[in-house]
Amino acid sequence: MNDKTKNGISQSGISRRTLLKGSAITAGFLGTTAVTGFPAVHADEPITLRYLSTATNQSAAIAAKAKEITGINIEYVTVTTDDVTKRIITQPDSFDLVDTEYFSLRNLIPSGNFQAIDANKVKLVDKLATAITKGEVDGKKIGHQGTAPHKVLYLEKQRGKTFANEQTEWLTLIPTTYNADTLGIRPDLIKRPIESWAELLNPEFKGKASILNIPSIGIMDAAMVNEALGTVKYGDKGNMTKEEIDKTIATLIEAKKAGQFRAFWSDFNESVNLMASGETVIQSMWSPAVTAVRLKGIPCTFQPLKEGYRAWASGFGLPKTLKGKQLDAAYEFINWFLDGWAGAHLNRQGYYAAVLDTAQANMEPFEWAFWMEGKPAEKDILGPDGGLLEKAGSVRDGGSYNTRMGAVACWNSIMDENAYMIQKWNEFIAA
Amino acid sequence: MLEMKSRWAPYWQAAPLAIVLLIFFVLPLLVTLAVSFWTYTGYSIEPAMVSDNYASAFDKCLASLPDLCTTFRTYLSTLKFCLIVWLITLVLGFTVAYFLVFEVKSNNMRLILALITTIPFWTSNVIRMISWIPLLGRNGVVNQWLLSVGLISEPLDWLLYSNFSVVLALVHLNTVFMIVPILNSMSRIDKSLVEAAYDTGASGWQTLWNVIIPLSKTGIAIGSIFVITVVMGDFISIGLMGGQQIASAGKVIESQINALQFPIAAANAVVLLAIVLMIIWTLLRFVDIRKEL
Repeated sequence: MNDKTKNGISQSGISRRTLLKGSAITAGFLGTTAVTGFPAVHADEPITLRYLSTATNQSAAIAAKAKEITGINIEYVTVTTDDVTKRIITQPDSFDLVDTEYFSLRNLIPSGNFQAIDANKVKLVDKLATAITKGEVDGKKIGHQGTAPHKVLYLEKQRGKTFANEQTEWLTLIPTTYNADTLGIRPDLIKRPIESWAELLNPEFKGKASILNIPSIGIMDAAMVNEALGTVKYGDKGNMTKEEIDKTIATLIEAKKAGQFRAFWSDFNESVNLMASGETVIQSMWSPAVTAVRLKGIPCTFQPLKEGYRAWASGFGLPKTLKGKQLDAAYEFINWFLDGWAGAHLNRQGYYAAVLDTAQANMEPFEWAFWMEGKPAEKDILGPDGGLLEKAGSVRDGGSYNTRMGAVACWNSIMDENAYMIQKWNEFIAA
Repeated sequence: MLEMKSRWAPYWQAAPLAIVLLIFFVLPLLVTLAVSFWTYTGYSIEPAMVSDNYASAFDKCLASLPDLCTTFRTYLSTLKFCLIVWLITLVLGFTVAYFLVFEVKSNNMRLILALITTIPFWTSNVIRMISWIPLLGRNGVVNQWLLSVGLISEPLDWLLYSNFSVVLALVHLNTVFMIVPILNSMSRIDKSLVEAAYDTGASGWQTLWNVIIPLSKTGIAIGSIFVITVVMGDFISIGLMGGQQIASAGKVIESQINALQFPIAAANAVVLLAIVLMIIWTLLRFVDIRKEL
């Protein structure tokens, strides 16, 4: 929709200007417009892929490296988590490749705006991490509650609208990154060990706690807390019944009225500000936000808890309209992405790469030992931008890949009762 | 021919603005109104003619009386901010405008001072909001100063993420909307009227109440409309300054849009619009803006 309008305007603009001036520059401009419209005509022009995702998954370094190796231009379209979903539903022609979360697939696939990815065209498809493909880490089953990626990974046919129960050759998303989330704390202000999700509502931290105000994720954190407190027993935290939602929200409202929360946050920077300024000492948090607080020289821990982690995963999807050279380029980019350089880059940010072997081949052994094996850093650990992240000798919060991903309790999700949940969440905010 | 031209000229002159308003204001509003009667799933909206969205916007509102339902509580909270902010900006805005018109004698000085009132708008809304944290936060400048002079022994929590901080930010943002229209009406008051009032023995307060305020009524009404519509629809300031713990009608709509529940969000938007229009309609009962412009 957007694009059509844009082309319409520029074309009419050109014809008038051509008539008026007929200058060489205008002619050149006309040429480029034609290329964008019909890329097949100019085969040797570099192909540009519009890559839709949140800022967390985008990096100028990855785009530059992709350009160098594959010759494909990556044009990032940056929006928030909720807007990624909104764009896919309402403007499916406005991107060529999307990096979105698995949990939103329950809304995205029935919309029919995706084409499944052909497994035969993805070289490393058999090497994808089992945490995503089977819900297993190191051969052991991990938590499957919520929209665990393996439940929504395969479609029955390429343009299908139903998920397949077993492995097929049609994948919904090719994983890019995933991680296990937990509470962030200020160890210097709390001064005692924190071991349970229940601590979020501990009156000891009255007026110094926060939960994230993105309902579909916040409700999961709330469920972890309620389960830890023993106030609610859930069949599936990622797919609550109305009654479970009522009880979960009731606990939150009670805590809110008692003044437990300092503030709620809904974007990355807010969570960093709250924690760094000491307004909160314990809160829902994302891994790179913890890193951002630490980079300011303020102690902050991504605290492993005995009840386990809330995991999420995101991956590449293809819009239904993508075809021809653009489609080939998208596959080429996906293959390059899984080939290790990008994976290593993401591992160094504290995320996990979809294909572990190739990422390992692109990291120094001491880096791999720190990030993935939970060993003390032999040397200073540098971030992807070259800045100092951790001094030699430190250990990653939560330890190794197997320990962290192995302790996943549930996944981000869209519930059957989503509409009801949103309504109750608004009630919590208004309480 | 000439007569034809002059008769149609005003319409042609008004047409561009009318067309812009039609396409970018009236049309989207009509679409919103239409969508508010549609049905939806997690991923689609279907044309229909149902009132479910309005029913769920006011879910259990009558049944739970005298307890207030979420929607009533949200609007009540928003209305409360609206009233407080309106009163404060009115007093502040009127005083500032009065000072600029009647106390400042030099025209240049008046211009400079008037421009200074726009300082809050020199930076973006979001940055302005974030800058309150180092000022009002638990470890912020104000708390540290109060601690160091010994006025308090514990940091004050209510300075930030509270009703206080929301009102503070909204007043900070909206006072200028009150100043400008009042300044405009006041500066057109014939000074000889004020002198006449004094000459006939009116006190300062009597002059203010019987001469200046009635003649500034248009400006007050226009400023009030600005402030009320901005505060009623605000969810960014209330969200950031209230630590997202304070509900606002706008925030409810936003989270419904984010959950792809467009029809119910549209229904809530229509309700909000109706409430704002009712307030403005009431306001216009007291002042005939067109007559005075």
